[in-house]
Amino acid sequence: MSGAHVLVVDAGPLTTVQDEGRSGWAHLGVARSGFLDRSSARWANRLVGNPEGAAALETTLGGAAFRALVEVRVAVTGARAEVLVDGRTAPQDEAFTVPAGAEVRIGAARSGVRTYVAFAGGVEVPPVLGSRSTDLLGGLGPLPLTPGQQLRLGPVSLPFTASRRTGDRRVVPTHGLLPRDVFGAVPVPLVWELRVWPGPGAHWTDDVTALDGVEFVAGSGSNRVGLRLERASRALVRREGEMLSEPMVTGSVQLPPSLEPVIFLADHPTTGGYPVVAVVVDEDLDLCARVRPGDRVRLRLLGP
Amino acid sequence: MSGVAWGGRGDSGPVRGVRRAGQRALMVDVPDAASAMRLAGWLRTQELACTDVVPAARTVLVDGVDVSELGALLRAWDGDDLGEVADEGVAVRRVEVPVRYDGPDLRTVAARWDVHPEEVVRRHTALEFVSVFCGFAPGFAYLDGLPPEWAVPRLDTPRTRVPAGAVGLADRWCAVYPTASPGGWLLLGTTTTPVWDLGAPDGPALLRPGTRVRFVAT
Repeated sequence: MSGAHVLVVDAGPLTTVQDEGRSGWAHLGVARSGFLDRSSARWANRLVGNPEGAAALETTLGGAAFRALVEVRVAVTGARAEVLVDGRTAPQDEAFTVPAGAEVRIGAARSGVRTYVAFAGGVEVPPVLGSRSTDLLGGLGPLPLTPGQQLRLGPVSLPFTASRRTGDRRVVPTHGLLPRDVFGAVPVPLVWELRVWPGPGAHWTDDVTALDGVEFVAGSGSNRVGLRLERASRALVRREGEMLSEPMVTGSVQLPPSLEPVIFLADHPTTGGYPVVAVVVDEDLDLCARVRPGDRVRLRLLGP
Repeated sequence: MSGVAWGGRGDSGPVRGVRRAGQRALMVDVPDAASAMRLAGWLRTQELACTDVVPAARTVLVDGVDVSELGALLRAWDGDDLGEVADEGVAVRRVEVPVRYDGPDLRTVAARWDVHPEEVVRRHTALEFVSVFCGFAPGFAYLDGLPPEWAVPRLDTPRTRVPAGAVGLADRWCAVYPTASPGGWLLLGTTTTPVWDLGAPDGPALLRPGTRVRFVAT
């Protein structure tokens, strides 16, 4: 137990350690990984005084629970969920102090998918290729959390330490004022709109502009590797034939023979053998992380 | 914009065209795998701010880049000097991979090549392969070197589990599976040499692009 700061009581369906990711290794077949909803995760880190890219926990849909083994500073952002500290309600989108021995329980996500839990000091697990992120596809980084696992946190910067006993009073509550791009700042749309550019494989469709305005339903097989788009509102058309595998960027909208596109996200394979007909604009990648299975998604094609 | 061919120096130039892949990435089309490898090597020697330079079979993706800056660089590049510029001063890395040639598809390949299994082993160990690019999984390197007449198909139905260290062939490529995974390549044997090792002092991918590879029967 020595040196451990947090005990995992319940890991929910899937909780992984994520940070800004390990970019720069795609030539070795290594995905960038990292926070799927980057703006919400960075916000959690800022709230507890961490560098934006510090390692935090990314929970999925069902929530999780932790016991603080020492007093810790915590912030919970992203998907909307009930937060309880020893049974008492705690806020999302604000830093709060958890006394030693207290349990923090994140409830099931009411909206959105990924709730982020940031601890002051960041989660300290051994980095792999410069990042503490779990890559579920490539099998790099720490394994998904399991109950009973203990986590170490990094050293905490001074202002918080000095104010521990009166911590809550030193933090200005956000009063629900959130950065515009984080989850929870604006209501969840009825249809998620994703802006896309024509992709390097756009010539595999007869007319790439036909993608503009097509609506889909997010598939239940969606995960950190990709957002699956099903039940297209208009028939998609694609040339027959095979292509040589090409490298892919995050946000690639790949159109397989099934005509059900996949939007590749942080843990995506670095190369792919089906045409990439569109690429989601970087600013809308965080939206992809928030789409629940069954949600409606519409593509908006940017030109030229 | 996408799909539009852009010729640098005409059909004989090594850059056949460029295609956008989002705001900050460009897919560069080249004639073959060797060109892809050499272009990737050359780009890495240039003063170009970018996140990734990723070669593949006939393309190089440059990600996290100012695309107009990259476009200008490519236009200024004299493809005739490519081979010399890329290889100049860079020591060629050579690796030997010991293989136990007892793979489940050894006889399939032998039948395909109309030779005895022993001849498959002899041919495979006589070749010098070069790693051109990685993909599919961390450290999974596509090795070029099989003559076109010896190309083999993939399995109709991929195996659900190929063991780590399996040595396989597909089309004209050879590869070593870094970890257990599903796979459709024809398996010749296995190696106990790790091709993905995070602790390796000179980098985790034993067969990183540019590496010359020989297989040795054990």
